[in-house]
Amino acid sequence: MQRIAVIDYGMGNLHSAAKALSAVAPKDEIVVTDDSALISSADRIVFPGVGAIGDCMAAIKHHGVDEILRAEWTAKPILAICVGMQALFDHSDESGGVDCLGLLGGSVNYFNRFPSVSDAGLKVPHMGWNQVKQIAHPLWDGIDDESRFYFVHSYFVQAQDKNLVVGQTEYGERCDVAVATGNVFAAQFHPEKSGRDGLKLLSNFVNWSI
Amino acid sequence: MALAKRIIPCLDVENGRVVKGVNFVGIRDAGCPVEIARRYNHEGADEITFLDITATHEARDTTYKTVETIAGEVFIPLTVGGGVRTVDDIRRLLNCGADKVSINSAAIKTPDLVDNASAKYGAQCIVVAIDAKRVASPDGQLKWEIFTHGGRKATGIDALWWAEQMAARGAGELLVTSMDRDGTRDGFDLPLMKAINSRVNVPTIASGGVGNLQHLVDGVLEGGSDAVLAASIFHFGDYRIADAKRALSDAGIEVRL
Repeated sequence: MQRIAVIDYGMGNLHSAAKALSAVAPKDEIVVTDDSALISSADRIVFPGVGAIGDCMAAIKHHGVDEILRAEWTAKPILAICVGMQALFDHSDESGGVDCLGLLGGSVNYFNRFPSVSDAGLKVPHMGWNQVKQIAHPLWDGIDDESRFYFVHSYFVQAQDKNLVVGQTEYGERCDVAVATGNVFAAQFHPEKSGRDGLKLLSNFVNWSI
Repeated sequence: MALAKRIIPCLDVENGRVVKGVNFVGIRDAGCPVEIARRYNHEGADEITFLDITATHEARDTTYKTVETIAGEVFIPLTVGGGVRTVDDIRRLLNCGADKVSINSAAIKTPDLVDNASAKYGAQCIVVAIDAKRVASPDGQLKWEIFTHGGRKATGIDALWWAEQMAARGAGELLVTSMDRDGTRDGFDLPLMKAINSRVNVPTIASGGVGNLQHLVDGVLEGGSDAVLAASIFHFGDYRIADAKRALSDAGIEVRL
């Protein structure tokens, strides 16, 4: 049995991530917590995020989650989801411009800033099931390339170091929707809401040995 | 590579049972919400919408429990609506495992609720439900008005103007139901969907009137909707989700198969 900590910093619905983890790892202990001791004693960390990034960053700092992530960054498997992924980068356009954690190089950009999105009449948020072009990574094991995952976001990541990109999606622009480095995997889509393929990715994460 | 159009089965739930009416009245029992949600998830639905049409507060606690049970077993997005009045109602539903919350009458009574909820939880989880009915217009142009209370109460609000307002206030998605078509099986009100889609830049869900699979195709190709919602055709076994997916795919529409 291992312990998987889902970091709770008071930003809405983290329970769906916890429930999906329980479904793929019924024997493991899933804790939803902001307790740094509990998180650092966990074997794996899930860093979800919903809502506006300005509020998220404020809550992240308020709960000391920035310090926890820095301390655990190279220590154990970490899975960041949606706004959790965005928060890892340098800066986001959202909420009038917000400095993020800077653990990964790159920016988070508003879809409507790009004529390829706005002039094409693409709806924002990018909401629904889109295909992900995979680049080999253990977390894709058993999932067909270009499988569809569930997205819901108005801002997207452009990573500086393209060598870290392990998944891309087209929505007007080419978006970096999965980024990995060492023991960290970050996804813009919601694996906990992506049906069978999403559960497979979570199952790969809970069994991921680095 | 493209975003798929979504097929959303809708569970209208009253006192813990899935029911379906015609033009919002004349109710027929369709079964247990958890079992039905499980079946649709298994059949490849892209999302599930759960509308609580229960009138009493006591029965609402059943709803919270049902939502929690569904969210624990069904790992696709779950939208929950019906009787949502305050930011606190939204918080409670999100905590039960809803991914999106649909606001209807309360948005008309207190439009600021949409701004506040969207600022607090993000536009991605705020759906505004618009129940629209055709009304006579002096210049002969098509015109739709917003109705509340299950279609019994006219508001005098123009539906197209309202859709723009709601998107501007932070709705991340609009669930547009034609009151004229709901339960009739005559197909979506396509001019309504077309008119709304030409005015807003947020995703829209067409609802009300699906009787066959061609109606779903029309909702996307003619109505311009991002998602199509149906209840009776799936509940009573006329079609399976996979049949609907195939019909859309055969019509050249991107779907998640």
